[in-house]
Amino acid sequence: MTLTVEHTTMPVLGRLPIHSSRAEQVAHIAEAAKQIRIQDLKLVHYAGAGHIGGDFSAIDILATLYGAVLDITPETVNDPERDRFILSKGHVAGALYTTLAAFGFLPVDELATFLKPLSALNGHPNRNKVAGVEANTGPLGHGLPVAVGHALSAKLDVSLRRTYVLVGDGELQEGSNWEAMMAASQYQLDRLTVIVDRNRLQQGATTKETNDLDPLPEKAAAFGFAVVEVNGHDHGELLDVLSAVPFRPGKPTFVIAHTHKGHPISFMSNNVAWHHRVPDDAEFQQALTELESAGRPRFDREPV
Amino acid sequence: MTVVDTSIADQPRYDCRDAYVETLAELAHADHRIVGVVNDSVGSSKLNSFRKAFPDRLINVGIAEQDMVGVASGLANGGRIPFVSAASCFLTARALEQIKADVAYSNANVKLCGMSPGVAYGELGPTHHSIEDIAWLRAIANMTVIVPADPVETAAALRWAATSEGPVFIRVSRMSVPKVYGDDYEFELGKAITVRAGDDVTLISNGTVLWRALVAAEQLAAEGISARVLSMPTVKPLDVDAVVAAARETAGIVTAEEAVAGGGLGGAVAETVVQHHPARVSILGFPEFAPTGSAGYLLDRYGLSAEGIADAARKLVKPSS
Repeated sequence: MTLTVEHTTMPVLGRLPIHSSRAEQVAHIAEAAKQIRIQDLKLVHYAGAGHIGGDFSAIDILATLYGAVLDITPETVNDPERDRFILSKGHVAGALYTTLAAFGFLPVDELATFLKPLSALNGHPNRNKVAGVEANTGPLGHGLPVAVGHALSAKLDVSLRRTYVLVGDGELQEGSNWEAMMAASQYQLDRLTVIVDRNRLQQGATTKETNDLDPLPEKAAAFGFAVVEVNGHDHGELLDVLSAVPFRPGKPTFVIAHTHKGHPISFMSNNVAWHHRVPDDAEFQQALTELESAGRPRFDREPV
Repeated sequence: MTVVDTSIADQPRYDCRDAYVETLAELAHADHRIVGVVNDSVGSSKLNSFRKAFPDRLINVGIAEQDMVGVASGLANGGRIPFVSAASCFLTARALEQIKADVAYSNANVKLCGMSPGVAYGELGPTHHSIEDIAWLRAIANMTVIVPADPVETAAALRWAATSEGPVFIRVSRMSVPKVYGDDYEFELGKAITVRAGDDVTLISNGTVLWRALVAAEQLAAEGISARVLSMPTVKPLDVDAVVAAARETAGIVTAEEAVAGGGLGGAVAETVVQHHPARVSILGFPEFAPTGSAGYLLDRYGLSAEGIADAARKLVKPSS
């Protein structure tokens, strides 16, 4: 099985006009997330590799950011005053590329090169090869310090540009994140927003079984952040929270987005086996059917 | 350019950190994009005056090297030119993955300044020695590696780094050294400087050891051995032509550096010689974790003195001696 340009079927959605209503924005994000998932499923299935579990837990967050939150467009991708989004969990590069394509940063056809020899679309993102990528991530615990550095540069410039960084929850076991959080708090970087993809699964087990992060809200608060918890698959909640930061003047924001790996596919969701498993033909068809037929997929937050 | 030559050992000695902070302030006055980034290393980097002059432009992340280097990469993303100043041992060892991914692979415009490198911390021991830094950073693509020999070269390399786009690692010596260069010196990336002509044997050195190589050449001259001394401030990219010429035109090459004896300048020279013009190479450096001793004692113990360098050269010229 080989990924070809015939598998890059996603429509380019772009952004809605700025005066669109909240309902229109939410509907637009939902449609984008659905299309991004369908396209990402094809990428992983036909390329025979990828991290579909983490992709699907993060796609609603990515679609919300690029669809309605970030002040960045394909035309302003090099504008010094653009908002920055840093994907710290770089292994979900497939989700990022697909999202960038959905919003016009990357030609949809180029997705057919995903993971192929000499492709710009490596298994982890490269900012020197893909427009819209801000940092070469992959090793965990790198994105948050870089985001702090960017937020500091904005503060030095007395600029209102914002910095968003998406980290995995398992990734928070890396100490560099907590170093960076102390610095963010010390420098009162209130235009920095850390979004945690809180799917409670890491590569081989639950976070609770491995190195429990809880009580995560209290830890983040103790490190000087304004903490907000959201349903990470609810586009309305994500839109409201991510557009409203900062919540406390002088404090950076820590958004805990409760998610499921593999959401909303019935047999993938919240299943640790789907960290980087590749769906076979039957699984692919079933997942595609579920995605195409789905209205708004249901997600119940895990009891904490 | 002028090269200070005779009786260099008797000249006044300088701590290169003074030239570092003076130059950084001068650069920061001229270019608002320049910022300092430190891991609480304000005093050890001698940056107190810089902090006074530019209170907002000295970012102190606390004792957190991984964060320090990641933050520098993010500052560069925002258009700043960060000069990261920290003890070379902690900067390069603790934050090596950040240096690889956030700076080099991301090709971020970050200048890494390894303070007090080599065995400058003397009796504090191998935890604080930074003899591996050159070998580690030389192995990373996109990274330029510069080891200045005196305050003049330190200042010149910094000025060059401030105006060149991309990742750079510069060692800033703490162990005091005499001036090797006159004030008209201009740094040229990837170029060896023939600080003494000669055709029997070649001494290639940089950093705090270069002036010792010049004294060694003087001693050899007294015995009728004409030693060429090449200053090699840029370890990467290396001046291949100068090394090949030395291999071709002299009996052999001695490399001498305040670093591990392998993977650094010596390693770079040996790789070049083996591939382009096989010749005898003697690599002087530290072959092990150093025992307790002052920096000066340790240099002498491992043959990084004028006598030690001259000795290695004699063996190349007269293999039986």
